[in-house]
Amino acid sequence: MPTAAAQAPSQASAQKGASLWQDAFRRLRKNRLAMAGLAVVLFIFLACFVLRWILPHDPNEVELGNEFAPPGPTHWLGTDQLGRDLLTRILDGGQISLLVAVAATLLTVTLGILYGGIAGYVGGRLDAIMMRIVDGLLAMPFLIVVILFRELISGWIELASVFLIEDWGWSRDFVLRFSNIFPLLLAIAAFGWLTMARIVRTQTAALVHTEFVEAAHALGLPHRRILFRHILPNMLGPVIIYATLTIPSFILYEATLSFIGLGIEPPNSSWGVLIKEGANYLESNTKMLIIPAFVFSATLFAFNFLGDGLRDALDPKAAKD
Amino acid sequence: MLRTVVQRLLQTIAVVFCLVSFTFFAVRLIPGNPFADEKAIQPHLRERVAEPFGLNESWGKQFVLFWKNVLTEGDFGMSTSLFGRSVNEIMATAFPVSLTLGAGAMLVSLLIGIPSGVVAALRHNRLIDYASMVLAMIGICIPTFVLGPLLQLWVARNLPWINVAGWERPSDIILPSFTLGLVVAAYVARLTRGGMLDVLAQDYIQTARAKGLPAFRIITRHALRPALLPAITYLGPAFAAVITGSFVVETIFAVPGMGQHFVTAVTTKDYFLLQGLVLFYGTLMGGANLLVDIVLAAMNPRLREHA
Amino acid sequence: MRFLTVPALFVAGALVVSCDSPTMVEEATAEGILLMGNSGEPKGLDPHLVSGVLESNILAALFEGLCKNHPSKDGVALPGAALRWTPNDDFSVWTFDLNPEARWSDNVPVTAQDFVFAYHRLLDPDLPAKYADMLFLVENAETINKDLRSFVLLGNLPGLPIDPEALKRPPFQPDPDAAGDAAPSGPLATLPAEARRRRVRAAGLDGLGPGDLETVLGEPALVAWPAGFTPALRTRALELLLEYARKHDDGTHESLASVLPLGARALDEWTLEITLRGPVPFLPEVVKHYTWFPVPRHVIRKWSGGDIDLPFTDWTDPGNLVGNGPFRLKEWRVNHYIEVERNPHYWDARRVSLNGIRFLPVQNAYTEARMFLDGQLHVTYTLPPEMIPYARTHIPEMLRQEPYIGTRFLRVNVRRKPLDDPRVRHALAATIDRRRLVENVLGGGQTPASGIVPPFSGYKLPQGVGHDPERARRLLAEAGFPNGRGFPELKFLTVDRDTARRMAEAYMSMWEEHLGIHIRIEQREWTTYLQRQYDGDYQLAGAAWIGDFLYPTTFLDMWTRNNGNNNTGWWSPAYESKLREAEHTADPAAKLALLKDAETILLDELPAIPVYWYTTNYLVRPEVRNWHPLLLNHHPYKFVELVAGGQ
Repeated sequence: MPTAAAQAPSQASAQKGASLWQDAFRRLRKNRLAMAGLAVVLFIFLACFVLRWILPHDPNEVELGNEFAPPGPTHWLGTDQLGRDLLTRILDGGQISLLVAVAATLLTVTLGILYGGIAGYVGGRLDAIMMRIVDGLLAMPFLIVVILFRELISGWIELASVFLIEDWGWSRDFVLRFSNIFPLLLAIAAFGWLTMARIVRTQTAALVHTEFVEAAHALGLPHRRILFRHILPNMLGPVIIYATLTIPSFILYEATLSFIGLGIEPPNSSWGVLIKEGANYLESNTKMLIIPAFVFSATLFAFNFLGDGLRDALDPKAAKD
Repeated sequence: MLRTVVQRLLQTIAVVFCLVSFTFFAVRLIPGNPFADEKAIQPHLRERVAEPFGLNESWGKQFVLFWKNVLTEGDFGMSTSLFGRSVNEIMATAFPVSLTLGAGAMLVSLLIGIPSGVVAALRHNRLIDYASMVLAMIGICIPTFVLGPLLQLWVARNLPWINVAGWERPSDIILPSFTLGLVVAAYVARLTRGGMLDVLAQDYIQTARAKGLPAFRIITRHALRPALLPAITYLGPAFAAVITGSFVVETIFAVPGMGQHFVTAVTTKDYFLLQGLVLFYGTLMGGANLLVDIVLAAMNPRLREHA
Repeated sequence: MRFLTVPALFVAGALVVSCDSPTMVEEATAEGILLMGNSGEPKGLDPHLVSGVLESNILAALFEGLCKNHPSKDGVALPGAALRWTPNDDFSVWTFDLNPEARWSDNVPVTAQDFVFAYHRLLDPDLPAKYADMLFLVENAETINKDLRSFVLLGNLPGLPIDPEALKRPPFQPDPDAAGDAAPSGPLATLPAEARRRRVRAAGLDGLGPGDLETVLGEPALVAWPAGFTPALRTRALELLLEYARKHDDGTHESLASVLPLGARALDEWTLEITLRGPVPFLPEVVKHYTWFPVPRHVIRKWSGGDIDLPFTDWTDPGNLVGNGPFRLKEWRVNHYIEVERNPHYWDARRVSLNGIRFLPVQNAYTEARMFLDGQLHVTYTLPPEMIPYARTHIPEMLRQEPYIGTRFLRVNVRRKPLDDPRVRHALAATIDRRRLVENVLGGGQTPASGIVPPFSGYKLPQGVGHDPERARRLLAEAGFPNGRGFPELKFLTVDRDTARRMAEAYMSMWEEHLGIHIRIEQREWTTYLQRQYDGDYQLAGAAWIGDFLYPTTFLDMWTRNNGNNNTGWWSPAYESKLREAEHTADPAAKLALLKDAETILLDELPAIPVYWYTTNYLVRPEVRNWHPLLLNHHPYKFVELVAGGQ
């Protein structure tokens, strides 16, 4: 490719990366399952963040007397146990589940890279201590942490939301929605970053011992430059893969917390809440479970296949074919 | 080598100590009273109810007393939600159940995960690859509290001689282990598939192929064992996690295991039971991790230095 | 892969082998064992230490009270441990003639002394019995249980400058305001001066041990004596308290009952005389409750080594537990099941048809329902509302929807603005469309409630709360919030169950629609939810109350000033005086009329907004006979039969 050849020699490693990325993308395209996953993910995002606002219904609008209505012109999927439009609730729930999962993943990635990167790069005693701490935190009873977060943070969040609504004039619904998910987000991220840190640390540690990094050291390049120019780009592959696979596991995490009763507070709903409540109607009104569960599972399958596809595509060993 | 092991052991003990201590204080920070009940305790009785558990003392005193009892007598104290029953007894009755359920789940995960992963790797990027991966992924894409009731419904209608919940007959283990096993199977399948793909790309496999050996023999004799390595190393911590993390499955199938106690202990603020469970779980996890790391280090000398 | 075939065959084999085996219900019916869902693991089986419904289900099998429930009629008392009972003219003294054939399950006779022992134990101030207040109807019970030493010992002191009632308050009793400062521990003599004063305030004179009382005797100024207490009087008071404290510590005096007799006496082995603090015409209903059951004093003494107020001994373990009920404890597997078997020494054992009962602590109501549908249970504890329509269509003959003595209401914290304004409370109450709520949201056949006390025979319901959005809007405007403008966002505390969530969402939408006000729903797990109400850390809370016996006082007594179940911050002298007047009235009809007046006051002020009266929904298999609808849902097991050949 002409553009690659025009790169300056000092960016040789980046150049090697560019063709690697294109190579990987080509391989990904061949993986039909991963492509299907990508399509589904994009579709779901579109539906939950765009279609949701186009539809006329309010997900919290209770209509007593119209419970469990069958699909019809006003309610495309019918209504739920309080007469609310089912389609809107599913899309709205998706918004929340996805927001929580993506935001928590971003947090996780940031924390993980910082922590794991430092541990792996510095090595030795510090590394050992940092990793032992991670091990310990991994065995922590997460339920306690979730409850604690909720109880301790809720006071602050309330103050903040009052401030935002009254002093800065933000929309009440908007602020409430986010204040609702904030403690949950933090609690989930508080666990997710641990495994990410481990992965990053292993990658970093392996990279630190490679020839080109040792050469960079020998050349006297500053640490920051080595980290950002040489180590980080090579680590991106596994991080992206893991991040893509983390999103569905966080969505599942949130659903499990909702089952236990520690999830999203009413009247907002997430997919987890919808599914949990839907499961109660298994015998009487199966669509209450099947439809949200289908959307939920399809999304998770999609993310998982995409992630697995990325892993296959970015695997250097497979670069041979 | 021995020095590293001892070091890691000490570190694990330190970690477990910190973990339990954190739990000790964290659970007391959460608003709530272990003795809160629908019928309120009359004010003059509140202190008296807490007396036998030593909960009227300062936190510092309680902390010291707790560790003293644990280290000198192995006594984890009394449960506040099950009046006066010793935590040791509660854990002793629940653990074998969780162990059995865990073993069943691991069996299912191997039965489903390994073949799926192998088949997927062999027929890479073809329809069977996709199909078997879909099957394997069910465990992490459909929550257990959805899959469980669905299975219960199906079994009740079509296999009426199998109980849908409870822990009375031997057949009761089938549904919960299956549901739980599917979750682990997903990871096993992924790891097996990845491991298999790696091995198949190796030179010595290519050589065997070139030599004309039958494919089946190549797989079973040469490829399978190294391919299964990543999955096997995952099994250790997976087993530990499955034993105590199965609250949802235990609730849905009414299994009297440790998972239920865990959540009940947190929600009823049963301090001693929770501390005992965390100690147990932490030790189990720490031990499993340590074991896996030792095995890995023994096999891969490069990892030893860096640790 | 070959190594996997063996386990696979094993699983397949297990599946095949279990084909055609009978269901659990079929097996159990053939053996005469009733399989009951019991919603959770009991906290214990000592009748004096527990307070829940699920425990009472098991206790009803193991023990028997003076009177027993009729299997099908509410309000009728059958002979239990007692054969006959006779009140005096004004219902303040009841004499129970016990059955001389009655035996404990170890063949020891059940005597009146067992009952007297039981009541003393339950009321012993050192035993942490949560439900001791159930016995406060008995003369002197409250005084003994609250350990009101000063009241008893100093009430007759010559020259007492204060009303004896004042001896029930600080500085004699603990000062609740002082409890906040960490009361320093350790012997009083070792503490610095200021700490000593604080400690004496926090514990109250009645709460000090002999060592500390000696210290105070040497330094009477430590106590914040009321005006008029001369030095001589102070010394005399302290000396009396010290004498008692010493005797309490060395075991001479178990409790104040040795000085101030409890109104329960054994006239002889088979005659029990109960003296009450006022007329109680409905005593036979009250004694059906498990707090009035006898306990085997010979067994308890054996296991507690003489210290009967030791709460956690092994006397309730299988093999040790002895009861006088139709069944005895066979097996107790934590979180798994509790099994009781026929008690051959029960006085009416011939009448008992069941051979045993197995209680299964299934916590998840949906799992329990599914177990029932799969033939694993005879009776469920409950039925989740979502499954009621299914049951109605597919198994209507097994569905029970029976009125239950309980009320769901909204607890209002009247200490918080603007809930301190009764007009606001009435506005909130009148907006709730109870009928819609019950029919559409819950669908469990509940009854919209107009008052706190559910209807039962003899009690005339007061004019209560209804659905009137117009009036609600008017009231809210009068209170200064026309159309909800300026009304703050209220927090609504509820428990983390799906039905609670649905109801909260329904209230929210009703209040928004009609009044234009907003609420913020807070779902918390059970103990946090309870504790926050006890601490007054809420504004509105969804709450419920289940009655203990069939009389309105079980719903009305809690709204008094110091009652731990009130938690609203509301109290009213007029209300309490009506209750007291009713307490002292002997004529049953007049009593009920006064209670109705009291409830009218309550409904005028609305610290609690009634929503609906409970209906209990559950499933029972056709094999189970003699399981009739009862308001308290306490079905006497001795009359229950299992007949094979149901569906």
